[in-house]
Amino acid sequence: MSEKRKLSVAVNGTSYDEDVEVRLTLADFLRHQLGLTGTHLGCEHGVCGACTVLVDGLSVRGCLMLAVQADGTEITTVEGIAPSATELHPLQQAFHDNHGLHCGFCTPGMLTTLLELLRDNPSPTETEVREAISGNLCRCTGYQGIVDAALDAAERLKDGGGDSR
Amino acid sequence: MNWPVKGKVMGKPIKRLEDPELLRGEARFIDDISLPGMLEAAFVRSPHAHAEIRGIDATAAKAIPGVHAVLALDDLMPYLETEFLVVGLPSPSYKQDRNRSALAGGEVTHVGEPVAVVIADDRYIAEDAAQLVFIDYDILPAAADCREALADGAPPVHKGADGNLLAEFNMGYGEVDAAFSGAAHIFQDSFRLHRGGSHSIECRGCVGFHDRATDELTLWVSSQMPHSALRVLVDMLGRDENQIRVVTPDIGGGFGPKLVVYQEDVVVSVAALMLGRPVKWIEDRREHFISTTQERDQYWEVEIATDDQARILGLRGSIIHDHGAYTARGINLPQNSAESLPGPYEVPAYRMNTKLALTNKVPVTPVRGAGHPQAAFVIERLLDRVAQELGLDRVEVRNRNLIPAEAMPYTRPLKTRGGLAVVLDSGDFPGLQNDALARAGWKDFAARQEAARNEGRYIGIGLANFVKGTGRGPFEVVTVRVGTSGKVHVYTGGTAIGQGTRTMLAQIVAEQLGGDVNNITVTTGDTAATALGIGTSNSRLAVTAGTSAHVAAGNVREKVLKVAASMLECPAQDLEIEGDEIHVMDQPGRIANVSVKLGEVAHAMAGTPGYVLPGGVGPGLEATEHVLLDSKAFACGTAVVEVEVDIETGGVKILNYVIAHDCGNIINPLLVDGQVLGGTAHGIGNALYEWMAYDDNGQPLTTNLADYLLVGAVEMPRVELIHQESPSPLNPLGVKGVGECGVVPASGAIISAIDDALAPFGVHITQAPISPPDIVALIEQGRQRL
Repeated sequence: MSEKRKLSVAVNGTSYDEDVEVRLTLADFLRHQLGLTGTHLGCEHGVCGACTVLVDGLSVRGCLMLAVQADGTEITTVEGIAPSATELHPLQQAFHDNHGLHCGFCTPGMLTTLLELLRDNPSPTETEVREAISGNLCRCTGYQGIVDAALDAAERLKDGGGDSR
Repeated sequence: MNWPVKGKVMGKPIKRLEDPELLRGEARFIDDISLPGMLEAAFVRSPHAHAEIRGIDATAAKAIPGVHAVLALDDLMPYLETEFLVVGLPSPSYKQDRNRSALAGGEVTHVGEPVAVVIADDRYIAEDAAQLVFIDYDILPAAADCREALADGAPPVHKGADGNLLAEFNMGYGEVDAAFSGAAHIFQDSFRLHRGGSHSIECRGCVGFHDRATDELTLWVSSQMPHSALRVLVDMLGRDENQIRVVTPDIGGGFGPKLVVYQEDVVVSVAALMLGRPVKWIEDRREHFISTTQERDQYWEVEIATDDQARILGLRGSIIHDHGAYTARGINLPQNSAESLPGPYEVPAYRMNTKLALTNKVPVTPVRGAGHPQAAFVIERLLDRVAQELGLDRVEVRNRNLIPAEAMPYTRPLKTRGGLAVVLDSGDFPGLQNDALARAGWKDFAARQEAARNEGRYIGIGLANFVKGTGRGPFEVVTVRVGTSGKVHVYTGGTAIGQGTRTMLAQIVAEQLGGDVNNITVTTGDTAATALGIGTSNSRLAVTAGTSAHVAAGNVREKVLKVAASMLECPAQDLEIEGDEIHVMDQPGRIANVSVKLGEVAHAMAGTPGYVLPGGVGPGLEATEHVLLDSKAFACGTAVVEVEVDIETGGVKILNYVIAHDCGNIINPLLVDGQVLGGTAHGIGNALYEWMAYDDNGQPLTTNLADYLLVGAVEMPRVELIHQESPSPLNPLGVKGVGECGVVPASGAIISAIDDALAPFGVHITQAPISPPDIVALIEQGRQRL
């Protein structure tokens, strides 16, 4: 039960070499071993999407992947999205401007999922946005603010990513 | 008190102060708290709906390396004055006291009831060990269905009990039987209403820490009501208020069940005291399904009497309400249902008998809406029935029965649970209905429906009106304090569960103290910050905390201006606060170059030994208010929904959703819209998706989010919002609560629309939620009748 292995990962651009228990989930590794508590756990069975992080650019449920499976990868969590300590990423800014979050618990997973969408599809339709976050549950917003934020962010990113309002 | 409806910041779509930390992943939720030496807990829960506990063997569990303790009730008792959490709201209608025990003693009465706890180095180890705690159960028969539980010979939910009736009460007014005997029409229906769980995306959790140096026990808990938790801990632990502090961190949604004080909160507190180490427990989703309170089942038998013009003469009937195995809150939920059945309509005579049935299931307490959605569903379904039977348009039937705007305030001869009169204080119900109907294209719908049917498509439209009592008193505390830093600090007993409380209070306070919300800090839900506090529930904070904040900020403003006038040697009426400065206005609206900072005023009022305070006022720059607001402010509105039903699969797609609502003066339209939208999403779930299923033995069948369906982004339609603002006369802000409004009309309007879509099959739905298989079955029954 206490078998450990070496794990080398880059998280938000910082390299880590850690000993981890083989049964430790990626989400628990990020949260409790690295202290990156922005990734949240809502169901721990792969439905709610709150724990979504990007592993080598692809969205992954942090609760369904073991930390050891991430060996050699580059991971982006919510803490790695903003360009600096004082600025927000255009997607984060769009969430703020469109009231895309209430309690904020599902938000990290929404942001990572939508980052992937907007990278792969810079001009999504509303339907495409809704489908992209169909695996992310939000209990507060009714999704409308989130969808509006994603569409708004797409426009901002096309305009060069800055403050284009 | 003059209220600036649209002021410097009031009434404006101020973006939330809460957002930046949440967006950066820097917020601190309960599971983000990590203390040196902290241990983690896992609970051992009953797998049986009803059983006697013969013995507990923790030998194997304790042998696991990293396990520090395995505790059962006997182990806790040296630390407890009583094992019972006595939390039931007062009522003369109880027949039985059924309080939860910190851990089960000799008997378990629902699947998920905590029996023991393992405390270990981490949760992985604690969960390993929890599986090795062997409990010898003697399984007893269970009562799962609340109707059957009240029948003669039903198995008792609690061993040895004389029946399962937890409470019973009657409510009503007028000459009901006379109204029925003289009625032109009487229609009867039976309704089966079900609401599931809250399912905040963050589950529950708590962290206990005993500081030996100060002998203070701190419990961080994801709770809507930390002051309630404090009082329960004082009672149970026998420690005084100075030895316990309950603090809420950021909360990932509440929706009702987090207002309850739970066994885990007590057990974690005891474990922290006992072991001398911080202890954390975080609920997982499966535990949430079997241990966090739910709203579940109500069965209604109701008759409506009308005259020959479809005007309501009377309502009468009975409710059987599923209470679950224990009283975790009280009779409030079915009380709300029975109290709110007449809704926005003139009902001359009314009588309702309500029975609360114990069942071997998770205790029942309010989920967002708290019994009101069920009542709104029933009255709206009855009015649809009247329309159908009398061959009238559904809107026409409502127009003949809605309370007109000029009748406000409208007193209904009913009493709230606290014995207060039910007074609908304000609102234009017909006006709201008209607005919603116009936006939804009600008049043109018949043509759209005909065209769709010609294409073989079944579309329908439905409506539902509602009123929702909000801002339940008696008060919420707010302290406003200007610090020597120049920052304005606001403290409240209300908790922030995602609804934007900090922004809302900052706007109210900033309106009078400089107009800059960024100069305001807001502390919520900390028993060390406010001695009193009620907490978050019943769409109450904007009304109660908002009013206290408004009055407290006004008092602080007055003092600031008096002292600043003394310091600047000018009349107070020539001063205005802008940002963190007090300026002299040499002409109205023009700022002269003379000012003093808020922080300087606070410094002056902090006092200097031997020197006289300026301004001729008392020391400090703060005010605390607990404005008493006993009567509820009634929000109101109308939902109109258009759906398409696939008659082969029973699938329902919402094509259009309009809600017109009135929550009085709007403090922040962004937040209000967000609350209505979020509530609507809950309501859509209650109409179409959410079903907390149990089998006949009380075994829960839906214990993950793949079996229990929450509304996702694809199912959720874009909702059109219409606002009316009828100021409530009951508070100086003229506000009403909004948190639950979206939920209340949703299932009634959606089911009405499904009925309308399936009119060719003569379908009349009397349940919510309704699933695709239910719809297919109803269509088939209809076909056989045709």
